[in-house]
Amino acid sequence: MRPGLILSWALIVLVALWALVPGVFTGYDPIAGIPAEKLRAPGPGHLFGTDAVGRDLFARVVHGAVNSLSGAFVAVAVGLVLGTLLGLVAGSVRGALDEIVMRVVDVLLSVPGLLLALTVIILLGPGTVNVAVAVGVGSVASFARLARSEVVRVRRTDYVEAAFGSGGRFAAVLWRHVLPNSLVPVVALAALQFGVAILAISTLGFLGYGAEPPTPEWGLLISEGRNYLATAWWLTTLPGTVVVAVVLAASRISRSIGREDG
Amino acid sequence: MSLLEVHDLTVSYTRRGRWGRPHARPAVHGVSFAVEPGEVVAVVGESGSGKTTTAQAVIGLLPPNGRLDGGRILLGGTDIAGWSQRRLQAVRGAQIGLVPQDPANSLNPVKPVGVQIGEALRIHRRGDRRTITRRVVELLERVGLPDPEVRARQYPHELSGGMRQRVLIAIAVALAPRLIIADEPTSALDVTVQKRILDLIDDLRAESGTAVLLVTHDLGVAADRSDRMVVMKDGRIEERGATRAVLGAPQAAYTARLLRDAPALRAPRFLSTEVTEAVEAVEAVEVPEAAGAARAAAATGATGPTGPTGTGAVCEPPEPAVVVHDLVKEYRAGGRPFRAVDGVSFEVPRGTTHALVGESGSGKTTTARMVMRLAEPTSGSVAIGGAETAGLRGARLRALRRDVQLVYQNPYGSLDPRQSIADIVEEPLRNFGLGDRPARRERVRELLDRVALPAAVLGRRARELSGGQRQRVAIARALAPGPRVVVLDEAVSALDVSVQAQILDLLGELQRDLGLTYLFISHDLAVVRQISHTVSVMSKGRIVETGTTRQLFENPGHAYTRALLAAVPGTAHRPAGQDGTAHRLPAREGAARRLAGQEAGR
Amino acid sequence: MSGSARYLLSRAGQAALVLWAAFTAGYVLLQLLPGDAILIKFQNPELGLSPEQIAEIRSYYGTDGPGAYLHTLLGFLRGDFGYSIDTGTPVAERLAEGLPATAKLAGAAFALAVLIAVAVAFASCHTRLSRLRGALQAVPSLFVSVPAFWLGIVLIQVFSFRLRLVPVIGGSELQQLLLPVLTLAVPISAPIAQILARSLDQVRTQPFVPVVAAKGASPGWILWRHVARNALPPTLTVAGLTFGELIAGSVVTETVFGRNGVGRLTEQAVNAQDTPVLLAVVVLAATVFVLVNLVVDLLYPVLDPRLRRAVA
Repeated sequence: MRPGLILSWALIVLVALWALVPGVFTGYDPIAGIPAEKLRAPGPGHLFGTDAVGRDLFARVVHGAVNSLSGAFVAVAVGLVLGTLLGLVAGSVRGALDEIVMRVVDVLLSVPGLLLALTVIILLGPGTVNVAVAVGVGSVASFARLARSEVVRVRRTDYVEAAFGSGGRFAAVLWRHVLPNSLVPVVALAALQFGVAILAISTLGFLGYGAEPPTPEWGLLISEGRNYLATAWWLTTLPGTVVVAVVLAASRISRSIGREDG
Repeated sequence: MSLLEVHDLTVSYTRRGRWGRPHARPAVHGVSFAVEPGEVVAVVGESGSGKTTTAQAVIGLLPPNGRLDGGRILLGGTDIAGWSQRRLQAVRGAQIGLVPQDPANSLNPVKPVGVQIGEALRIHRRGDRRTITRRVVELLERVGLPDPEVRARQYPHELSGGMRQRVLIAIAVALAPRLIIADEPTSALDVTVQKRILDLIDDLRAESGTAVLLVTHDLGVAADRSDRMVVMKDGRIEERGATRAVLGAPQAAYTARLLRDAPALRAPRFLSTEVTEAVEAVEAVEVPEAAGAARAAAATGATGPTGPTGTGAVCEPPEPAVVVHDLVKEYRAGGRPFRAVDGVSFEVPRGTTHALVGESGSGKTTTARMVMRLAEPTSGSVAIGGAETAGLRGARLRALRRDVQLVYQNPYGSLDPRQSIADIVEEPLRNFGLGDRPARRERVRELLDRVALPAAVLGRRARELSGGQRQRVAIARALAPGPRVVVLDEAVSALDVSVQAQILDLLGELQRDLGLTYLFISHDLAVVRQISHTVSVMSKGRIVETGTTRQLFENPGHAYTRALLAAVPGTAHRPAGQDGTAHRLPAREGAARRLAGQEAGR
Repeated sequence: MSGSARYLLSRAGQAALVLWAAFTAGYVLLQLLPGDAILIKFQNPELGLSPEQIAEIRSYYGTDGPGAYLHTLLGFLRGDFGYSIDTGTPVAERLAEGLPATAKLAGAAFALAVLIAVAVAFASCHTRLSRLRGALQAVPSLFVSVPAFWLGIVLIQVFSFRLRLVPVIGGSELQQLLLPVLTLAVPISAPIAQILARSLDQVRTQPFVPVVAAKGASPGWILWRHVARNALPPTLTVAGLTFGELIAGSVVTETVFGRNGVGRLTEQAVNAQDTPVLLAVVVLAATVFVLVNLVVDLLYPVLDPRLRRAVA
């Protein structure tokens, strides 16, 4: 394992712990502020500084992890399950069904992810779960395409033909050979999409379709900090840096999946 | 003064380890040899011997992770080993030309070939645009391409493999260099094309007095084409000297083993059974009577047992294990029907090996796939052990799979990378429900022992094994359901000669012990001569000639067969005196096991 | 001729099919919202529509069932996208207002993105210093991990508030365009740089490269005359795919910088549940995407002679 990869895993584990046991990392309340300590710059007392109503920004980032992470999990789950299923069916059955599925995927791909998400939001209404689902729907097409191309690739290999040649039934060969060998790149995409979903969820949160204030969602934090650009740089810069770091870590881990040297 | 003198050349490759730390691994140690003006020096070795690395070092084109650690490379007396890339640019092309390994990918796909030949002249500023255009046409003509003006404007994909290699030779000789490095120049080509390309290199050398450093894995090619040779193994020189002397009386044990294992240089001995002898007695050579005659003769019992054969062939009139009749496979290419296989018929007597020989595109693999029912014939019939296979579906088709098994060419692609060796070999047993789990595990152990693999490989993945070991695993898997017929599709073509010899010995041993019938698909006539009883020669989807191996090799009836035989490299240097003696199957079980053990221990 | 004409027709047909399907899917989805409610909304006196306008809208949305679908489809083909629920004005009018500004922003951002991508990819491919190479290779992953809205905010903070190089309000058109273009370009340059760098590396390992080197060619000659040309097709494909992101990115960028355009219109439409506007934007985005990628597909045989035979 390379140092960068170790760092990436460490960061993801840290953020996961923020989501699970935020109290261990900060004693401050993320919702109730101390007006006397408003707009303090980052320092020993407040690692990330405080906002306009005196809330500790680090506490808000730590407590916000659960929103971003769970949203990203839901989004990836939606994309992974729906997309992989579509791709698997298309790739293993082929024929007319394959054609239909792939044309549907073409249509989904022709609409940019954010617009697709906005369409889903206009139907379902705003909210954290809806945003997560909306982002997930946007990734169905990529999962479907990758899963299908992997299945098609693996089905052409000699070892799959050899499995049929040694008396394997269709379902057994699919389960024993095609599925395990096509899944690695799909898992790598899932890791990458985890980062992409965090980005998309924070974008939708920023636009105001996700969590309601004063929930400490990362995108919303940055949005709220916009009003203090001239006076309190940390309100936007620091939460954004956390988002960038988490997304970078996810993409680094994604690249290591399926490669032996990491 | 020698044209090229290499002294004590040492090259290493740097790889990154588990924790990202680079470590250097030597690939060539202390290699020294010389090339005199106008001569051909062959560098011979198996994969991993460092032969290609040596050639790359001479022209200064090591891969990015390769490093020249020491030694001198004297080109016309000047040491170029320490030269910068910029200085070497003036040498490349002008003084040293390169003919690469893989004509399919060695030309830029998006530029016309004329431009790519002219580029060598442009880089070294030899003449203006008009002169270069004229010179390109001359060069194309000189390497024997018809319509050179038309060819110059064509893209690489519009030319055949042989034509592309001619273009690459034109590039190499464009500036009349004193030395040409030919790195496996013909290993990707069919034998008849290979012969023509090697002839061309010989002609150009004779015309211009260019020396050639010929890198090859093929002892036959080295034997036919070189004045002197250098034998390499594991980055070191095992032996060097005049080709005739090395072949005649090898000094190093390794060279002797290579010579013994190289099928082209082995003394010919033909396998025989009652069936082949019956055919030879009848002397039927014409197509398609040969196979029929063989069966007729055998069926009437015209010839009785002719002594201990040591094969699994039975003494009573044998019924053919495989009967293929008038097999056709038609594809539609751009609306026009194309017959990949066009009326192929042959029979394989039980317990014998029938080889389908042909060059690429001859339809031999498609035929094998139809015998396996992995491809559907357009028309014609296949019978395995007397049972028609056409139209079988579901359970009946799976039952057929118990009788016929396939071993693939590529031992890397035919084993699931995620399965353990135990799971791979067990899979057919599970599929056919043969025995409970402990019984199956026991059978897997037996099978691995049968193919001379240690039990230690059971838990490993395919990528942890060598190429020869993988092919043994593939053979064990094919044997698992207890088939009567095994189709071997170029099953030894991807292996180094010494490993190839071991696998061929194993296959012979298994045939004798288990009475297996083989359908052996190959482009390699030398291998075919060694392993098969009867042969069909295929060309453009048709069988042009069928006969016993001896008939075909000693008295080929068809012009195409003769051309193929003449093209086999190494024929000029075969040890004389042993020809014409028909040998029984060699009994070399012990040797096979010993060698397999060595391989596993590596 | 007939071969390539057939190829062109079949690709154009596929593109049309995808567009039709995108429209239909959007239409069906947005029909899930109760239709009568839409008509009631238009009667809201706050919109200040005249009785004639309401009658006009009623005649547009008045029909039901398959008739309504056909009516809307024909409308879209004529460039008539219905009426905004938010303002009661024709959607086409609102789109036409926003389009020039967005086109300017997106066009400039795309050009800048390509410039950044080419610079990063070639620099990382050409440099011999392994540290610099490693740093340059990490640039695309960094760029793709940066939320566009946050990048915009940081740029405003640095260039407008700290360095005072770009005024927050006012300033020349160029100054106003500078930061939004940068914001939009950075995330889009990442995938292009990534695929270009990867293709360059891949092409460089192909067997024809040592053959060119053996002719005596310099590294620069090899890179520019052989490698770059072969790395172009996959890069073009990815560049085509980023056009979708360009439209999505303009939603964020225009919101952050308070610019008017199609992106801003989209954001307002979602807030107001203005489904006709959103449907029009979705169809517009899909059209741009499909057309650009159609052009890319048709360019492929021009760039790669191996595809010409398959086409002709």
